Amino acid sequence: MQGELLQGTLDLLILKTLGVGPAHGHTIAHSIERRSDEVLQVEHGSLYPALHRLEDRGWIASFWGTSENNRRARYYRLTPRGRQQLVTQTGRWDEIVRAVNRILRPAE
Amino acid sequence: MGWTRFLRRQHWDDERARELQAYFEHEVDDNVARGMTPAEARHAAHRKLGNTTLVREEIYNMNTIAFLETAWRDLRYGARLLRRNPTFAIVAILTLALGTGANAAIFQLVDAVRLRTLPVVNPHELVEVTIETHGKGRTGGFMGRRPMLSNVLWERIRDGQQGFSRVMAWSPQRFDLAGGGEARPAEGLWVSGTFFETLGVRASRGRLIGPADDVRGCASPGVVLSDAFWRREYGGDPGVLQRTILVDGHRFDVIGVTAAGFFGVEVGRSFDVAIPICADPILRGERTRLDRGDQWFLSVFGRLKQDWTLERAAAQLKAISPAIFKETLPARYVPEDARSYLAFLFKVDPAGTGVSNLRQAYSTPLWILLGVTGLVLLVTCANLANLMLARATAREREIGIRLAIGASRRRIVRQMLSESLLLAVVGAAVGLLVARWLSGFLVVFLSTDQNRLFLDLAFDWRIFAFTALIASAACLLFGLAPALRATGTSPAASVLGGRGATDSRERFTLRRTLVIVQVAVSLVLLVGALLFARSLRNLLAVDPGFRQDGVLVVNLDLRRANVSPENRRELYDAIVDRLKAIPGVDGAAEAAIAPISGNGWNQRVVVDGKVQEGEVNFNAVGPGYFQTLATAIVKGRDFTVQDDRGSVPVAIVNELFVKKHLGGADAIGRRFHIEDSPGEEPQPRYEIVGVVADTYYNNLREDLVPITYVPAMQEREIDPYLQVVVHSSIGVGGVTPAIARVIQEFNPSISVQFTTMERLVRNSLTSERLMAALSGFFGGLAVLIATIGLYGVMAYMVARRRMEIGIRMALGADRGTVVRLVVSDAGRLLIVGLLVGVPLAILAARTARTLLYGLQPWDPITLTLGALTLGGVALLASWLPAHRAARVAPTTALRES
Repeated sequence: MQGELLQGTLDLLILKTLGVGPAHGHTIAHSIERRSDEVLQVEHGSLYPALHRLEDRGWIASFWGTSENNRRARYYRLTPRGRQQLVTQTGRWDEIVRAVNRILRPAE
Repeated sequence: MGWTRFLRRQHWDDERARELQAYFEHEVDDNVARGMTPAEARHAAHRKLGNTTLVREEIYNMNTIAFLETAWRDLRYGARLLRRNPTFAIVAILTLALGTGANAAIFQLVDAVRLRTLPVVNPHELVEVTIETHGKGRTGGFMGRRPMLSNVLWERIRDGQQGFSRVMAWSPQRFDLAGGGEARPAEGLWVSGTFFETLGVRASRGRLIGPADDVRGCASPGVVLSDAFWRREYGGDPGVLQRTILVDGHRFDVIGVTAAGFFGVEVGRSFDVAIPICADPILRGERTRLDRGDQWFLSVFGRLKQDWTLERAAAQLKAISPAIFKETLPARYVPEDARSYLAFLFKVDPAGTGVSNLRQAYSTPLWILLGVTGLVLLVTCANLANLMLARATAREREIGIRLAIGASRRRIVRQMLSESLLLAVVGAAVGLLVARWLSGFLVVFLSTDQNRLFLDLAFDWRIFAFTALIASAACLLFGLAPALRATGTSPAASVLGGRGATDSRERFTLRRTLVIVQVAVSLVLLVGALLFARSLRNLLAVDPGFRQDGVLVVNLDLRRANVSPENRRELYDAIVDRLKAIPGVDGAAEAAIAPISGNGWNQRVVVDGKVQEGEVNFNAVGPGYFQTLATAIVKGRDFTVQDDRGSVPVAIVNELFVKKHLGGADAIGRRFHIEDSPGEEPQPRYEIVGVVADTYYNNLREDLVPITYVPAMQEREIDPYLQVVVHSSIGVGGVTPAIARVIQEFNPSISVQFTTMERLVRNSLTSERLMAALSGFFGGLAVLIATIGLYGVMAYMVARRRMEIGIRMALGADRGTVVRLVVSDAGRLLIVGLLVGVPLAILAARTARTLLYGLQPWDPITLTLGALTLGGVALLASWLPAHRAARVAPTTALRES
């Protein structure tokens, strides 16, 4: 299932990435791809709507800044509510993984 | 998603565009860093990013309310299309404005007369107290427009009721505010001291009449002016409170002005001056009604207590009814009247919308007119639907392409409907202006000198809601069918469309149906208009039994002239003699009642000791009355100056009296009398000295009634009012100044009012004239619209069949054949429309039956006339395009296609 992300997981990954510090869209996409050993490919067609959605919910906020190679870029950072969401969503993710595993490997 | 986002969606989209651009540049930088040339780097970045517009669109859509977005876009597109075709837009908007405006105007009247509550505090708590008479009539004198109760009954209701927190009485009467000469009539209102506080009306200036002002025997009570009267007559002068006002020759202090917008409790009327009921003896002297149980002039309103229901209040009043009616039984009632009187019970009805005689008088005409205007709107819609269809056909190719590249049918229908909606909204807005003008005109039309109509026509939510409703209905009617139709054909057919030599008949079905509907509905309206016009003509052609031409009715009020009752007779005779001597006057006679004036006097009579069934109408007239009005004396003689108090009481009766009460036998010399009242002087025993031709008494629509004329000179009581009918051979205008001068010479404080016999008759036909004029106007309008519709369809069909016609002509058909081809096509539509229309017209006319006179709803002449008129106009409308089609040279037609 390379490239395709489970519904909702992209949101979680974005929140996690921003947990380290503010980043702009390009960095977020590359960071997710790099840290998943290029298994997860982030299409910007889904990245930007996702960023828009998260910002709309008030979990992330944005500002214009200057990037590492001196370009203007829109930066995103976690809001306190977003940080809280990251914790709850991570918890839920773990639960789901455990549940799926119980089904896939009942013997263990 | 919030509204702020929706409203700032453009800004957000710009942000996204810049952000994506930044992303793209980062990608390029990365690629260059990996060793690509700048050109390669840009290409690779483009490939990776793909379609950025799609991303932006997705986010834009997240920010928007899709329905609003497209609706707004559709409206703008519709507006653009309409601007490109202004003729269509103007025709559509104007016809819609007329259609909706006419509906709204009639509805305004319905609203004002029937639906609106009184502009007072908590109108729903108001009720009116009247009498349940069990089908028995009340006997006595009736004054004012709402003679429900007598003063003695009102006083006892006031003291005995328990269900009302406040209760009041009122009575309308016309006063004369002038001190003499030409009268200055004003609408007056007798009010109890509780009138204003019961309604919760405040004073805008000074104070209003209160309970302390209305006590029996009040010597010089103050009067209250309405705000409108104060502004009109006193120019809004704040010093009005120091002024006095003459009411029927008596001076009163002005104590206050009511708040603006208050017109009383009678819808359709307004008042100028309100005066406490206790002033009745001041104005009427011995003829005061305060202690007379048989003088009906008051209407009583109560305000229900918070914890009382209407039923409970009614029950309480019913319980105290027997005692009250027993206590107040008028002494002069004959046993039969007394029996009915004692059986009366009070009843209570809701009165939050006030009371109005208009409701009864104009209820049927107003509903019928609302139906008529509804039909006009239907014709308008059918016509517009046809125009829209033509436009849709012109846009067939565009719609086909849009469907072919994936637009949904719903989306296109919605777009086309927005265009209709735009037309409907603008049409309705202009229609409201039309309505304002038209309803104002109707009120003026319905007002007569004697009956000044006042209606609050301000727009309220009901009118806006009604207009919005009919506008949306109209929009759906004329917009939906063409839109469905246009999107119903397959894209391939419409893109290729219009290539065939002949056009299929099937595609015209809708348009043909619409024309048939228009023809049928127009016929209904036209027949209706003709029926009303002919009814009016029949009524005007009725021989009322007296002449109207050159007859003037002169009303004299001598109350201020200080003539003692015993000298009045002499003065009256002298005035009539003097009037007769005026050059141009060839007849003048006293008449207590002018025919068809709405005034009446009826009595039960006794012939040969037997009380006669039904009442007989009376009139007291002077010598020469019949000659003045050109009513034939069939037998016997006219009254003469010798028929006075000193001689034998005589009477002249009409032919119907002889037939009904004397069995058709020779009447001359027979005797009869008015039923005697107990405890009163016996009525005179009349000897019949003459028989005259029948005349109408109350109005032209009634059946002829028995009438008795008695000599004015023999009357016992002589009122300080004199009415004289005058005939002039040189026209009424020629003698009025001379008459006014003569009266002035007698006594300058006599007040004079003139009216003509023609006017009295005209005024009695107000609602008939209204129906004839309005239905005529609307009928004409509908025929015009339907004709335009037929013309449009025929012209369009001829245009579509140009090639076919060209081929036919090339093959040898002559012009006549072509014209016949087209006209017979139109004729078929016309005939079907008329066939559908005739039964509908008869059906519609049956509902208006009560308004017809001398005609049946299925009157064949009217139906034929209607069908012929409509047919003639419509055939002319189809002959024009046919003629034009036949003149085209076949080669031109063929080359063009």
